[in-house]
Amino acid sequence: MIAVLDYGFGNVRAFSNIYRELNIAHVVTSDPADLNRADKVILPGVGAFDHAMERLHASGLTGPLTECVIGDAKPVLGVCVGMQMLARSSEEGSAAGLGWIEGVVEKIAFPASEAGQLPHMGWNTIRSRGDNPLLAGLDDAFGFYFLHSYRFRCDNADDVIAQADYAGEFTCAINHGNVYGAQFHPEKSHHNGVRLLKNFAEL
Amino acid sequence: MLRARVIPCLLVRNGGLVKTRKFDDDKYVGDPINAVRIFNEKEVDELIVADIDATANGAEPNYAMIANLAAECRMPLCYGGGVTTVDQAKRIMGLGVEKISVSAAAIERPQLITEMAEKVGGQSVVVVLDVKKRTLGGHQLRTHNGKRTAKPGVVEFAQLAETMGAGEIVINSIDNDGMMAGYDLAIACQVRAAVGVPVTVLGGAGSLADMQAAVDTLGTVGVAAGSMFVFKGTYRAVLISYLSGDERRALQDRVAA
Repeated sequence: MIAVLDYGFGNVRAFSNIYRELNIAHVVTSDPADLNRADKVILPGVGAFDHAMERLHASGLTGPLTECVIGDAKPVLGVCVGMQMLARSSEEGSAAGLGWIEGVVEKIAFPASEAGQLPHMGWNTIRSRGDNPLLAGLDDAFGFYFLHSYRFRCDNADDVIAQADYAGEFTCAINHGNVYGAQFHPEKSHHNGVRLLKNFAEL
Repeated sequence: MLRARVIPCLLVRNGGLVKTRKFDDDKYVGDPINAVRIFNEKEVDELIVADIDATANGAEPNYAMIANLAAECRMPLCYGGGVTTVDQAKRIMGLGVEKISVSAAAIERPQLITEMAEKVGGQSVVVVLDVKKRTLGGHQLRTHNGKRTAKPGVVEFAQLAETMGAGEIVINSIDNDGMMAGYDLAIACQVRAAVGVPVTVLGGAGSLADMQAAVDTLGTVGVAAGSMFVFKGTYRAVLISYLSGDERRALQDRVAA
């Protein structure tokens, strides 16, 4: 069973709709007991980094989630700000991140020669590196929906499983051990997102 | 590579879907949920839903309707209409909406943009500018379905909205609304040049060529349309549609060129 963490905001319903259609057991929850029962966890997140961390702590789920991911080594997928929360810290705020994947989150910066808009908003193609099962069978040309102004910078290149181009090449999906992250929104990316969420369920 | 976002824009009035011309003369085009289901099938890039009664009537957003729409939507959803406080914005985000648009309330009290950005994140705060051509040249900002003239200049307010923390600006042409004869690219161009946040043009698209013209002039922007995706033919027969795969690729080739 997949637990989709509901700690007060973020598009939890969209995940639930997709898993319902796929007939995959899941629960949208803020109950630590469900984390014990689950064999995988999705950590959604939108909005500002500090606000998201505060909401997670205030929900009382940080401890149970850590036990689940670090103690029991269950797969976790952080999405958008949920992926950024896996870092040590973010330039967007002063709160500490979960620190489960070595790296920091920085503001997207355009090279001097290139003007561009922030946030990075819309559908962009991604390039997988290696053959991570999370990204198996994706429609590269269709791409995924992005909506963010900050990007994850991994300390270890091996943790980068996909990149995209906006203000240069950036990391858009990560994995280390049982911890996964996607900067884009699989829950809002039509058939490609459905495939990724199915892949996660089948890990 | 980032694609131009092709965005159907649905107007809601009394719980039904309508389409206007020049912000008037609205025609009933069906049930919103049914339209969302069709747009899901067509895998549209994003969707804008605007309740055009809420602000004009001073009403609260219809949360039940928003919840139903958000639950049905498989694509990013932007809701607008009647949002005047940050608490309303938080409640709407909690229903599963990705972006919230404000217009009249933000023009009246720009601080609202900052308050919303702090709570729901600037990337989710969309400022819609309803613009109308002046008889003697230039454009003016309007609110309340185009009935009231707002004081700030269009470009000036777009820049203020960005400074206050907006994540996207939508330029909606009242003159071109529903006419299906092309966007007002003159004002869109000025705004695009003046701000560093993503811009979406709305009002006037009738064909792929109109969207291509927007992308040729403005680069990678959002191209939104109402009539083009709900009507077919000169008699405005209701038929929900979207760009075909080939048309989407043709639009993308313009961005790449």
